Amino acid sequence: MDAYKQLDFFELDDQYSEDELMVRDAVKGWVGERFLPGVMDHFEAGTFPMDLVPELAELGVFGPTTPEEYGGAGMNSVAYGLICQELERGDSGLRSFCSVQGSLVMWPINEYGSEEQKREYLPKLASGEMIGSFGLTEPDFGSNPGGMLTTARKEGDEYVLNGRKMWITNGSISQIAIVWAKLEGRVRGFIVPTDLPGFSAPDHNHKWSLRASITSELVLEEVRVPETAILPGVDGLRGPLSCLTQARFGIAWGALGAAHACFDETLNYQKERIVFDKPVAAYQIPQQKFANMATDITCGQMLALRLGRLKDEGRFTAPQVSMAKRNNVMMALETARTCRDMLGANGVTLEYGVGRHMLNLESVVTYEGTHDIHTLAIGAEVTGIMAYR
Amino acid sequence: MNIVACVKRVPSTEAVAKPTADGKGLDAADFQYMISFYDEIAVEQAVQTKEAVGAGEVTVLTLGPANGTKEIRECLAKGGDKAVVLTDDNWQSRDARSTAKALVAQLSTMDADLVFMGRVATDRDNAAVGPMVATYLGWPCVSDVIGLEVGDGKGTAKVETEAGVETVEFSLPAVVTCQKGLNEPRYAGLKGIMAAKKKPLEEVAPEAVENQSEVVEVALPPARKEGRIVGEGAAAVPALIEALQNEAKVL
Ligand SMILES: Cc1cc2nc3c(=O)[nH]c(=O)nc-3n(C[C@H](O)[C@H](O)[C@H](O)COP(=O)(O)OP(=O)(O)OC[C@H]3O[C@@H](n4cnc5c(N)ncnc54)[C@H](O)[C@@H]3O)c2cc1C
Repeated sequence: MDAYKQLDFFELDDQYSEDELMVRDAVKGWVGERFLPGVMDHFEAGTFPMDLVPELAELGVFGPTTPEEYGGAGMNSVAYGLICQELERGDSGLRSFCSVQGSLVMWPINEYGSEEQKREYLPKLASGEMIGSFGLTEPDFGSNPGGMLTTARKEGDEYVLNGRKMWITNGSISQIAIVWAKLEGRVRGFIVPTDLPGFSAPDHNHKWSLRASITSELVLEEVRVPETAILPGVDGLRGPLSCLTQARFGIAWGALGAAHACFDETLNYQKERIVFDKPVAAYQIPQQKFANMATDITCGQMLALRLGRLKDEGRFTAPQVSMAKRNNVMMALETARTCRDMLGANGVTLEYGVGRHMLNLESVVTYEGTHDIHTLAIGAEVTGIMAYR
Repeated sequence: MNIVACVKRVPSTEAVAKPTADGKGLDAADFQYMISFYDEIAVEQAVQTKEAVGAGEVTVLTLGPANGTKEIRECLAKGGDKAVVLTDDNWQSRDARSTAKALVAQLSTMDADLVFMGRVATDRDNAAVGPMVATYLGWPCVSDVIGLEVGDGKGTAKVETEAGVETVEFSLPAVVTCQKGLNEPRYAGLKGIMAAKKKPLEEVAPEAVENQSEVVEVALPPARKEGRIVGEGAAAVPALIEALQNEAKVL
């Protein structure tokens, strides 16, 4: 099989700075050499390659936009997007791992944390010494997290947390969880060490998607944290939602990586696979599929790039992020499904990546705001009328 | 210790070779570039040597186009301290000698203790520039090195040969060409990439040196002839022996 070649139909490489391209290529090289050889086995076993965490930290992909004084690399958002793209070219589970660590744990600590919290946690999270998770979703509240039942109450100089969180990426392998809970009716964020009495994190087993990523419940029964555990800088649902906006930005890029991987693998396959004396790629139906997929990927690339530039200029909006996440993830899922079919029977074996990507993307289309929730967010922006409540 | 790593940009592994219209070169329009595999080992060894000695500076030296700095910055991200680019738009058509002459002219101004180069550049496969540089400088040339220790004014290298592994002692300054196995090049981490932005990259116009050899034609390797099934099972053995003897002439 030919070496991986990323489609760049509109010569977008010209639009990136030298260091953005260096970051992309560094992560691309690492994923190809260090991650991809083992991903099939991890996917089958339902495990994440924890042995690679120090290498990921060494690369610098945990919270790359975090300021250097707190152990980050101080990169811009476009570079972060490209990192997500290359990680998800490997596996959506790998990108999820880094999205949670960077966008959902390090970002809120940097944005809403006290100086002590930043100094205590950010360097350890950047170095991979500490893994974090983000607990928002509950058994009965997913798309509508504002209804959450998890509570915090103040007792002396402690907060006492009670509740259950569901579908929490990295839950059981994290040393700290950012838990969102209602304190006197207002949503607040807490940094909760996972070894405290009353805290447990049973895994969700039997997933057929994102298998190379750990997903757990978080159960909190009278978990006592010191009053310094609350994130002081934010109050209300805006806290978790602003984290999700950061993570969704990365997902909009990440999905492109999965689509690229499927497209490239399928193109190579169909150029070599001979049916009725010709390569499959020589027939009109496959060519139409390739033309459609190439166009869709290219549109997605431009959407992500523009979004990234807007973000770096400090003027991107949540509905723009919704549009990019919604479009690019559904595009990637449809690309993966098409490619799965185009590989024939080989499309259903994990020896090829497309089936794994296809299965993973079913989670990506659901988490961080389902496709339909983003539809309604864009609809609300366009019409000025909220239809999701 | 003043250490120089010489590197070359070569077309990346996924590049598809296509001769130009005049047939004298390869069409570079779709090429992406990377640092030649063995040169990455040279950069890594330069950085490791500096780290082992505990002091010094690593300069990355290349002859290449003015707009090709991304790959050179990558070397700085992996631990090089500064870079010198000998800018030449015709860098790809230089023969080994004229490349070596340009590098030597620059090296003569740099007061280097140790020069690392790849054993061969993966595009041309000449394996000539390293030994030529050493010869012009009048320095020891230790090639195909798979193990290295550097001490006070001298070095000890393990060198791969047809017969086995030789251990060679040499005095500094010297040119060392690096073979696979010498080390495992590191990845450019994000912090390294950010730091590389601030490291000096100097462009120098090298003197023109006439080529002594010129490429007059580039042809792709002939397509492999299609295979032929001579039969099936044990019954096919006589036909196979026949073909191996008379067609392939290998028996
Ligand atoms: C593998 C995986 C990892 C995850 N990791 C995390 C994590 O780390 N942290 C975390 O907090 N959460 C995580 N999640 C949870 C995820 O964010 C939620 O599953 C998601 O928000 C959807 O919520 P739900 O499952 O409750 O679905 P529901 O909200 O019940 O939605 C069910 C269906 O109804 C539709 N729907 C819902 N509301 C409306 C409406 N108003 N109008 C029209 N249609 C509607 C949805 O689009 C969907 O099709 C993860 C999920 C998965 C699968």
